[in-house]
Amino acid sequence: MSDQAMNDTGILAYGAYVPITRLQRGAIHAANGWFAGGLRGLAKGEKAIANWDEDPITMAVEAARDCLDGFDRAAIEQVTLASTTLPYADRQNAGVVKEALNLPDAVGAMDVAGSQRAGTASLIALLKGAGERPALHLAAERTTPTPASEREMNAGDAASALLIGRGRPVARLLGTHSVTMDFVDHFREAGQSRDYDWEARWVRDEGFAAIMIPAIAEALKGFGRSGADITHFIAPIAVKGVPEMLAKKLGIAPEAIADTLKDRLGHAGAAQPTLMLADVLGRAKPGELVLVTSFGQGCDVLLFEVTEAIATLRPRLGVAGWLARRVESTNYMKYLFHRGLLCLDRGMRAEHDSKTALTALWRNRKAVLGLVGGRCTRTGTVQFPKTEVSVNPNDHAIRTQEDYPLAEVPASVMTFTADSLTYSPDPPNCYGNIEFVGGGRMMAEFTDFAPDELEVGKELRMMFRIKSLDENRHFRRYFWKAAPAF
Amino acid sequence: MATGIRDKVAILGMGCARFGERWDKDEDQLMLEAYEEAMADAGIETSQIDAAWLGAAFDAQNIGPSGIPLAMALRLNDIGVTKVENYCASGTESFRGAVYAVASGACDIALAMGAEKLKDTGYGGLPVRTRGTTHDMIGITGSAPGNFAQIASAYRAQHGVSREDLKRAIAHVSVKSHANGSKNPKAHLRNEVTIEQVMAAPMIAEPLGLFDCCGVSDGAACAIVTTPEIARALGKTDIVTIKALQVATSNGWELQGSGWNGSYFHTTRVAAAKAYKDAGITDPRAQLSLIEVHDCFSITELVTMEDLHISREGDGWRDVLGGFFDADGQIPCQIDGGLKCFGHPIGASGLRMIYENYLQLLGRAGPRQRKDNPVFALSHNLGGMPNQNVSAIAIVGLADA
Repeated sequence: MSDQAMNDTGILAYGAYVPITRLQRGAIHAANGWFAGGLRGLAKGEKAIANWDEDPITMAVEAARDCLDGFDRAAIEQVTLASTTLPYADRQNAGVVKEALNLPDAVGAMDVAGSQRAGTASLIALLKGAGERPALHLAAERTTPTPASEREMNAGDAASALLIGRGRPVARLLGTHSVTMDFVDHFREAGQSRDYDWEARWVRDEGFAAIMIPAIAEALKGFGRSGADITHFIAPIAVKGVPEMLAKKLGIAPEAIADTLKDRLGHAGAAQPTLMLADVLGRAKPGELVLVTSFGQGCDVLLFEVTEAIATLRPRLGVAGWLARRVESTNYMKYLFHRGLLCLDRGMRAEHDSKTALTALWRNRKAVLGLVGGRCTRTGTVQFPKTEVSVNPNDHAIRTQEDYPLAEVPASVMTFTADSLTYSPDPPNCYGNIEFVGGGRMMAEFTDFAPDELEVGKELRMMFRIKSLDENRHFRRYFWKAAPAF
Repeated sequence: MATGIRDKVAILGMGCARFGERWDKDEDQLMLEAYEEAMADAGIETSQIDAAWLGAAFDAQNIGPSGIPLAMALRLNDIGVTKVENYCASGTESFRGAVYAVASGACDIALAMGAEKLKDTGYGGLPVRTRGTTHDMIGITGSAPGNFAQIASAYRAQHGVSREDLKRAIAHVSVKSHANGSKNPKAHLRNEVTIEQVMAAPMIAEPLGLFDCCGVSDGAACAIVTTPEIARALGKTDIVTIKALQVATSNGWELQGSGWNGSYFHTTRVAAAKAYKDAGITDPRAQLSLIEVHDCFSITELVTMEDLHISREGDGWRDVLGGFFDADGQIPCQIDGGLKCFGHPIGASGLRMIYENYLQLLGRAGPRQRKDNPVFALSHNLGGMPNQNVSAIAIVGLADA
């Protein structure tokens, strides 16, 4: 490899996350068809929906774990999280991700929001600023579309992760191009969940066609390429026929149009371009050209060339892997309840106050957000949480423990129950004692489990989730839960 | 060198309020109900009480903090009153305070009161409460049935017991307690139930159905203790003494360490071994006359039979199904109905168990009186959850036993 190739800028690794539950669009239409019969045409396939305990932060963490498999987390220089549905307006969302990934404190972090282009805009920024140490690019979306809307049919929840840097990328950056103009096809006010859409035909003709086509054409010209050179055309647009229309006008072969994941996942908003990119990288071959575009108050265009390094990157779950982890659901009512769109009588047990002492959270942030336990340097005893005095009954050694991260350590079920009494947004509340391989135990909540799936000895994988929502103060507690291993 | 508590302290009098949904009573009224009975039994005046301990677990639902509510309810004579809280073992903990005070020689007569007013929450079961700022970020709040149900999953896995066999065995526990409770005028639940009813009841926390869970009740129980010498001087002839009093508290080994398999109560095993040593009991299966255990859930009672070293490990379910612990069995367990049917006003339960054992030893238990003369009666009062708990054991017997 030449010195030049060794210094290429691009994508070093990729990852994704798709929630396990796939809501059937037919079930949505079965509930809403009486009111919005016009959506019958969209009532096909399924969409990925985040559980009640997932949000863009937790989904981004999972995508990052997928992406960082085999990479040194300590080398990361920067974490960027792009989303239009970030849970916090003022508490750095990427900072929570940083803690969950147990990255060193000496790392930069940035949230990027405000447009469907948040994902590509931040990606361009990281690529242009690529330095010696890699940067982690994350994008995630968990929207709450208005019931019986077209958006409700089209939207899906997911996250993508890209490790950006110099060296031996799996996809080398060939160029970027952006145009920005305040074309308001839809909007959503800060703090609101409802999007307001203008007429689809106008958006198609004056937006997708009149803005994207010239921007992409200009970009290709600048890159010294033509539409015919493109192997994978990423047009993250949920409107039927638009990717095909764009490809045709740009001279891109129809077979180059990348899967929009519409039938199996839905449109993940600002995360959609990078999610589709991660999906393409899961099957792309060296030498192929990947054209990434996005649309939102203008257009971003990025061109990548897949390199030989793709063959040596350790296989990861990626979009295809997470899509295969799937539980079908027709429970539209449950979906509505989890999005806060349906008010159910939750009973008095739901009144329990989840106020968090921020002082205690700060002191215990490694345990709470990073699932970092302790390992006694004298006896090797592993425990969670780390404490001053070791739990080892043969040696209650004092202040001998070093940090011992448990988030990536496999565990198994020791005891379990499916509790119908405790309030849970997803009853029954399943929890039990679990044991980590190599030692360490805790009582954990089980998530993504069917109650009859639980058994002693069942293998587990820890996942970063919302533990509880403090509805009085609008604070969310995050912690780790145990999901079935896969 | 400590010589243990055996025969150093006698019970001068005991009382117990009627347990149940006491909609018309505040906690101070329930305490008075238990106190009046105990005082009549003891035959003393309020001014003779030197110190008092109050066991109560749920501040928010009833009287609030400190020993003051007990002092006010009984108009105690400006004596020292200590409030203790040790989860569901708070009742035995209050008893321990009073017994230790007398044993130390610091007091002639001490009072222990356990009380709880649970039926002011607005819902069934125990109130949801915090376990501290840090725990709430990394621990599980869950529910009591959810915590104890887990014992069943591990017990089945450890001993290869089928779900059906275990479900039937724990159902037998509840059927037996309902039969016993029906004979007890102070019991919360006095209806008999069939095994079919128990098996078909709605699931609360897998595999515990409604009838696998004890009643949550209002109530109070009271003990007045003194030295055997003072008891005799006050005219008592049948003297019931404390043979053993042990409390074991989890230090985190079960929850965080390694070695515990989730199917038993480590602390109960520790407390039981110490208590038997104190009482001079070498073969509990042969020597215990009757037992009152912390049957918050049917599965808890079942595994406790093993943890008390009465049934062999893994065989408790067979003993249960064989009727060994029935009212007419070799060692009746919960002859008064237990937590299951007498009811479970948290802070009062440990004292209620001792109350029943005291009545049985003196032949004062009425229609539910154990026919053979009891010698040693054990009570086991457990607080917390399987992986983190307080296990308290009190063995009482006749002074000359």
